Amino acid sequence: MAEIAIRSIVKTFTDRTRGREITALDTVSLNIGDHDFVCLLGPSGCGKSTLLNMIAGFEAPSSGRIEVGGTLVEKPGADRGVVFQQPTLMPWLTVADNVAFHLKLKGVGRTERRARAQHFIDLVGLTGFEGHYPSELSGGMNQRVGIARALLMNPRVILMDEPFAALDAQTKLEMQEELVAIWQRIRCTIVFVTHSVDEALVLGNRIAVMTRRPGRIRDYFDFDMPRPRDITSPAFNDAKRRVLALIREEAGSSRKAA
Amino acid sequence: MQTASERLPAARYAAAWRLWSKLERVVVPALILAGWEAFSRSGALPQSLLPPPSAVLHALGDWVLGLDGSTQDYSGTWLRHALSSSWRVFAGFVIAGLSGILIGTAIGWSRSAEKTLEPTLQMLRPVPPVSWIPLAIIWFGIADKPAIFLVFLGAFFPTLMNTIHGVKTIDRNLIRAGAMMGASGRQLLVHIVVPAALPSIFAGLRIAIGSAWMLTVTAEMVAVKSGVGYVLWDSYYFLRYDMVIAAMVSIGLLGYLSDLAIKRLMGVVLRWQRTTTVQGREG
Repeated sequence: MAEIAIRSIVKTFTDRTRGREITALDTVSLNIGDHDFVCLLGPSGCGKSTLLNMIAGFEAPSSGRIEVGGTLVEKPGADRGVVFQQPTLMPWLTVADNVAFHLKLKGVGRTERRARAQHFIDLVGLTGFEGHYPSELSGGMNQRVGIARALLMNPRVILMDEPFAALDAQTKLEMQEELVAIWQRIRCTIVFVTHSVDEALVLGNRIAVMTRRPGRIRDYFDFDMPRPRDITSPAFNDAKRRVLALIREEAGSSRKAA
Repeated sequence: MQTASERLPAARYAAAWRLWSKLERVVVPALILAGWEAFSRSGALPQSLLPPPSAVLHALGDWVLGLDGSTQDYSGTWLRHALSSSWRVFAGFVIAGLSGILIGTAIGWSRSAEKTLEPTLQMLRPVPPVSWIPLAIIWFGIADKPAIFLVFLGAFFPTLMNTIHGVKTIDRNLIRAGAMMGASGRQLLVHIVVPAALPSIFAGLRIAIGSAWMLTVTAEMVAVKSGVGYVLWDSYYFLRYDMVIAAMVSIGLLGYLSDLAIKRLMGVVLRWQRTTTVQGREG
C-alpha cells in the first residue's frame, strides 16, 4: 500500500482581479511508497508547491483526496514534517529550542527536550551552535535547523519545498549529500519539490516530472542510479538528457497550443 | 625629526577627536542653558517671568532636599509628589498595557473579535483623553482614580493599535510551521503569535508611557491635589515660574527614566533581536 496516495487532485483558484478561474492542478494522481525519496520536478508555477502544501494540510484540494499512511489529510500535523523554502524558524528561540519546539508543545520536560534535540543537532552538523539565535546563523545553517526540527518529530513523511533554492552552489551540494546520507540512515519517506533537473536526479529514487500550468504528472519513473551519484558520469548525463527531452517536448507542445 | 613633526598634528587631531566624542552629548544642552542664563540675566524680560537656569536649579534643590525653604510649602516635598505621579502612571499604564495586549491580540487573531470590538474602539480612539476629564471627575471624584483613568485612556490605544498590527503582520509560514509541529490553536497564540508580535507591542508600550506621563500631569493640574502636575499648576497661581520650570524638568526626568526602564525590559525580552536591529549595533 502506498504511504502517500494522491487521488485525482484538482485545485482551482479564483483570480479576483480578472474574475476567472485558474486551474493550478488538473487531476493529479500519484502513489508514493514507504521509504521513497520522490522528487517533484517542474517549472515555476506548475503547482508543485501547492501539491506539497496539500499533502502538508496547509491547503485543501478543490476535489480529490490525499491519504498519508491510510488516513485522509484534513489539517497539518506532526506526522508530516515540513521543511520550508525559507527556514521559517522562530527567531526568538535558540537553535536547540527551535529543534525541540515540537516537544515543548507536547509538554516534554526541559532536560529531555535538550537531550533529544542534541541528537538531531549533531546529526545535521550544528554541534556547538545550540545556544545561537537564527539571526546569528547563515541561511544554510538555518535550513539545517529546519531539517533537524522536522526529523525530531519522527514523522511518517518529510515534505521539502525547494529548501536549498536560496543557498549558494557549494553549500547546496553539501546539503544535498548530507540529506541523502540522512535519508539512507533514517529511511523515512521524503517528497522533495524542485525546479532543478540536477537536484532531482542527485536526490530522488523516484522522479515525477510535472507539466506547466495546469499542473499534471507528465512522467513518473524510478531512478536507481547507485549512490553517491557522480553528476559528471555518463549514466547521470543520459538520465539528464532524457528528462530534459521530456521537458522540452512539453514546452514545445504548450507553445503550439498557445 | 621630520617624522616626529609629521606625526604631531595627527596626534593632536586624535586627541581633539577623543575630547569631542566625550563632549558630543552635552554640547547642545550646555549651549542652550548658557544662552538662556545670559538672556535671562540681560534684563530683556523681568527675571520673575523667565527665571534663569540657576534659579530653577535653586528652586529644584530646595524642593527636593529642603535646603533653605525658598519654595515655602513645597520645600523638601519632591519625592512625595514624584511618587504620587509615578504611582498613577504605573497603575494606569499596567492596566492599559495588559488590556491593550489582550484585546489587541484578540482583534488581530480572530475575525469575529475584530468585527465585534474594533468599530467601537476605533470610534473611541479619536476622542482626546483630556475630554473625558469632566466625566472622570464626576465618576471618580478628586483623587488618584480620575488620573489613573485618564492615564489608562492615553496608554491603552497606542498599545492596542501596535498589538493589532504586530499580530496581523506575522509571517503566515510561522503559523504553518507551528501547525506542522502539532500546535493547537491556543498553543499557536501563546507560543508563536504573541512572541512574534512582541517587537511591535513594545513599540506601542514606549509610545504609551509617553502619553501616560502627559495625561498624569494634565489630570493633576485639574482633578488631583498632589503630584508634580499639581505643583506645576499651583506654582503658576503663586507666580513661582522657577517652580513651574522645576516641575517641567522633573516631569521630563521621570518620563525619561520610565522610558529607560521599558527599554531595558525590551532589551532582555527581545535579546534575540539584538543582532539584527540597527539600534543594537551601538549604545
